[in-house]
Amino acid sequence: MFYRDVWVVCLTMVDQPLVISAKSSFYQKKRHRDLRQRLIETLLFLAALSSVLTTIAIMVLLVTESLPLFQKVSIVEFLTGREWAPLFDPPRYGILPLVCGTFVTSMVALCVAIPMGTIAAIYLSEFAAPKLREVAKPILEVLAGIPTVVYGYFALLFVTPVLQILYNPLGEKLSEWLPDLFPYELDGFNMLGPGIVMGIMITPTISSISEDAMRAVPVELREGSYATGATRFQTAWKVVFPAAISGIIASYILGISRAVGETMIVAVAAGLQPTLTLNPLRPAATITTYIVQVSLGDTPHGTIGYQTIFAAGLTLVLLTLFFNVIGYFLSRRFRETY
Amino acid sequence: MQGSLVGVQGNIQRRQFWSAVFAIAGLLVLLVAIIVLLALILQLAIQGVPRLSWAFLTSFPSSNAEQAGILSALVGTGLVMLVTAFAAIPVGIASGIYLEEYARKNWIASLIEINVTNLAGVPSIVYGLLAMGLFKYAFQLGESVLTAGLTLALLILPVVIVTTREALRSVPSGLREAAYALGASKWQMVWDHILPYASGSILTGIIIGLSRAIGETAPLITIGALTFISFLPPSPFKSDFPFLSFDWLRSPFTVMPIQMFNWVSRPEPEFQLNAAAAGVILVALTLLMNGLAIYLRYRFRKGVKW
Repeated sequence: MFYRDVWVVCLTMVDQPLVISAKSSFYQKKRHRDLRQRLIETLLFLAALSSVLTTIAIMVLLVTESLPLFQKVSIVEFLTGREWAPLFDPPRYGILPLVCGTFVTSMVALCVAIPMGTIAAIYLSEFAAPKLREVAKPILEVLAGIPTVVYGYFALLFVTPVLQILYNPLGEKLSEWLPDLFPYELDGFNMLGPGIVMGIMITPTISSISEDAMRAVPVELREGSYATGATRFQTAWKVVFPAAISGIIASYILGISRAVGETMIVAVAAGLQPTLTLNPLRPAATITTYIVQVSLGDTPHGTIGYQTIFAAGLTLVLLTLFFNVIGYFLSRRFRETY
Repeated sequence: MQGSLVGVQGNIQRRQFWSAVFAIAGLLVLLVAIIVLLALILQLAIQGVPRLSWAFLTSFPSSNAEQAGILSALVGTGLVMLVTAFAAIPVGIASGIYLEEYARKNWIASLIEINVTNLAGVPSIVYGLLAMGLFKYAFQLGESVLTAGLTLALLILPVVIVTTREALRSVPSGLREAAYALGASKWQMVWDHILPYASGSILTGIIIGLSRAIGETAPLITIGALTFISFLPPSPFKSDFPFLSFDWLRSPFTVMPIQMFNWVSRPEPEFQLNAAAAGVILVALTLLMNGLAIYLRYRFRKGVKW
């Protein structure tokens, strides 16, 4: 159908009849126009399809490029090994230390971001005067827009020194008492500092999405609550928050994805040594740090280094996918419609 | 009677007290956000501003911290952004138009929609791996400006698509019907009537997307952006016909955030001062772009009354 139209239009354009009746000219024009419409729609569709192609390319590449590694190392060893040193001799391929680093830094970040983001969202949506909101929202936006490498600098050269001043006097005593848990001094590279900074970076994401969800709750619900004598806080916490929980969960999930995938802050400030530890006071590499560290050197196609960063990337994508799926079902489960 | 009234008053007071406590907590959180922002900017400024000079902007990187500059990084950032904008803007707007105005309610449309949402959550370093496998090795584009620009374009595509859709959605459907009633075709309706009204918000989204791309570091490290470049890419202009040259697309490059990362990860404190100076410029650039976006959005919201 489509190609025939192209052909017809090409013909009519090449040898225009000398005498055209008004009617056939009308149909020609219409056909020309219909063809143009379809061409445009096809082009637009192809553009939209490009995003699907990106996803497919990501998945195919991650799997095919890391496959050679899994022919050498069993998946069980990869997932349960407690040591990650693929470029050493003898090589060790246990991803657990990297996953652990990602887990600890993300947990620290979420412990900062979820309370701060939620409180900020409730405050901006239910308490703040419109004028304050107009000032506060752009500030939060700016906070979200600062490049992550700058945050990394901030974590390494500002937050960690501040933490050292706070911790080191305590550390002297605590390390006598529980030397395994508390180091004598806070290392210049540790997971706590970058985790906190990451949390501050994620806070605006959580607060703005949660706030949108809360503002979408119909005003009648609030009025009903106020009419029964509830205070602002009771209305916000017991009526608006549960009604908006679906969107709020979505914001938490996005926050988790961002924390798990965050690269530069941890690459600058959390250390590069894969360490199996749950202690945020110690340095450790994350999945993303490992990818950065390896690709800073030369990684020719097909080498062990090349295969391991794709395997690490695959782990990362599956992790975020896992959280997204959970989030999708959670927010569907709790969705309220009005 | 009297007693129960006192009880009710006490109850109200207690609940109002907690409400007030929460209001203070909310203010404190906002205050913390502002303090962190100020601390970050001040720390950068105190460390970095003394290093800022014309020589810093116009020198190449050097192993001597005092002589090092960011010329190649600045030019690299500019060129990479050019490629990113040229790739992401048309494709992003076109996808947005398709999804909002053309797509029928079928599985392909919903697949694309879910996909765009998911892509926005994919860690940026994974785009770097994609670029490494696809652009660098499969397409043989090398560690070039072109590879970097296309990578960042893919990265900000979801931002552009989502804002385009929101912008189109906010144009009232009466305008569409009026255009149809006058005999406009679908494309005429979109191009001549809907897009002009949506262009302000779309522009805002593009600026936010590009400001994100400027600061993005991780995916460019994976494709192997060099950190020590002491030459500029070939000029895009030349003296003979056709006066434009695209050799710069294939040139190796470095960008601002990578230069900063390189400096910050060196142990010498002199280089960390350089990192702060590069950070000042980077933050100033993103603040400028974000500020512009916020201002534009404010203006367009104020200007349009449906």
